[in-house]
Amino acid sequence: MDEFLLRAVAAGWALAVVAGPLGCFVVWRRMAYFGDALAHSSLLGIVLGLLLGVAPLVGVVGLCAVAALILAWAESDRHTSGDSLLGILAHGALALGLVLLSLMDKMRLDLMGWLFGDILAVSWSDAAWLWAGAVVLLLLLATHWRTLVAVAVDEDLARVEGHPVGRARVVLMLLIAMGVAASMKIVGMMLVTAMLIIPAAAARRLARTPEQMAIAASVAGGLAVVLGLAGSWTLDTPSGPSIVTVAAFLFLLSRCIPAR
Amino acid sequence: MTDTPLVELSKIGLTRGGHRILDGVDLAVYPGRILTVVGPNGAGKSTLLKVALGLVGASEGEVRRSAKVVGYVPQRLEIGSLLPLSVRRFLAMAVPERMERDRLEAILDAVGAGHVLGRQVANLSGGELQRVLLARALLRRPQLLVLDEPVGGVDVAGQAELYDLISRQARAERVGVLMVSHDLHVVMAATDHVVCLNRHVCCAGHPEAVSIHPEYLALFGPSVAASLAIYTHAHDHGHCADGRIQPLDHVHGPECRHG
Repeated sequence: MDEFLLRAVAAGWALAVVAGPLGCFVVWRRMAYFGDALAHSSLLGIVLGLLLGVAPLVGVVGLCAVAALILAWAESDRHTSGDSLLGILAHGALALGLVLLSLMDKMRLDLMGWLFGDILAVSWSDAAWLWAGAVVLLLLLATHWRTLVAVAVDEDLARVEGHPVGRARVVLMLLIAMGVAASMKIVGMMLVTAMLIIPAAAARRLARTPEQMAIAASVAGGLAVVLGLAGSWTLDTPSGPSIVTVAAFLFLLSRCIPAR
Repeated sequence: MTDTPLVELSKIGLTRGGHRILDGVDLAVYPGRILTVVGPNGAGKSTLLKVALGLVGASEGEVRRSAKVVGYVPQRLEIGSLLPLSVRRFLAMAVPERMERDRLEAILDAVGAGHVLGRQVANLSGGELQRVLLARALLRRPQLLVLDEPVGGVDVAGQAELYDLISRQARAERVGVLMVSHDLHVVMAATDHVVCLNRHVCCAGHPEAVSIHPEYLALFGPSVAASLAIYTHAHDHGHCADGRIQPLDHVHGPECRHG
């Protein structure tokens, strides 16, 4: 096996490990559209990163964090409709990103790579960064776990029971933003949310507790990475979409397990 | 009443989106006493409870809450089927410390839901979930119970049992209860103080006094009010105009089911 495949698996597993628990919160709290919005607006982050002369990924992380904070603030203000605001933010930023991109004609940007990911192009240092990020994310999740699960059950109950709901909500949004930014390189902005939602949904029937579901989602994601890369290698198909296709197939398979 | 109130609302007003939802509402919940809020749909009952809990900020007025441990039963709780959560875990989440197994089972039995301990919360029926929610609120050993239609979806026999359990808790553990209810019959029987709400407080006081109040009659109609008369229970005390307890000339007979 070639070394670039090993690098791809290492990077893909780092993503799968964090996407498992994060994805569970996305499906529990019905935040799928939130992940999509962040992914769409991240194109603006890439372009801004290029314009400012920093790494595109830094731009993505920065923009996702800012967008997450805006949305967290908007969600706490119950007068605005969160749904429309998400759409405005996501597509406004996406359009602005495309406009800015067309203006900088000298800039070479592998748009397809960002749209659909290029996991085969990751370096060992990319993989190391992804794992470092994954560890930080998992630690943050673990320290807020009790509150995050309580909020997933019911926000009002969690508040009455003295959980720091506001802080946990901001932490979760920032973590999802980081997860989205990290998956850009692996599966691309079009399929980022897929890596969050599909393994989590596939894990549902295997689990009887929130923790079991989070772990099963990570395992399902890791399996999708390996099988997807193997398929991509043998059939010469694009790697990101292959991984997501396998994940979707795992989800269908999980539906054959009787509900518990 | 010399106790300090567990929660006291004064002159609460709330305007949302140009609509006046609450207007100049005063109420206070004391230890060991049950206060029930009645009123038509859209009267602001649930919102009032949320203001009392600090979940919703009031536009005007003041909320003073001295109760440290509060048990809350929301009107509805929707747990999506994508969240795997057993009833046992759901109950254990209510308190930070580890829960003794016996206590958990005893409380679930008390609300008549002992058989659902191992089930998933998402698979419970409406009535079962309501019972589990009440058990969860009681597990916290609250000083104040805030119940938003706590028996919604529960069968008729169960409703009386649950109200009985709530009032026993209030008396025995000196828990203050703030409750919204539509079951006017039960309200009148098991409540110390009724607040009839329709954005503002229409009338408030002892159940029997409220049930003949003209504003109450206007809100619920005389036929409802009349049907309640049969259900009013005998009391071993009455109240003066200021709410002080006043002994009644009453001799307990064999049919008396009170004190």
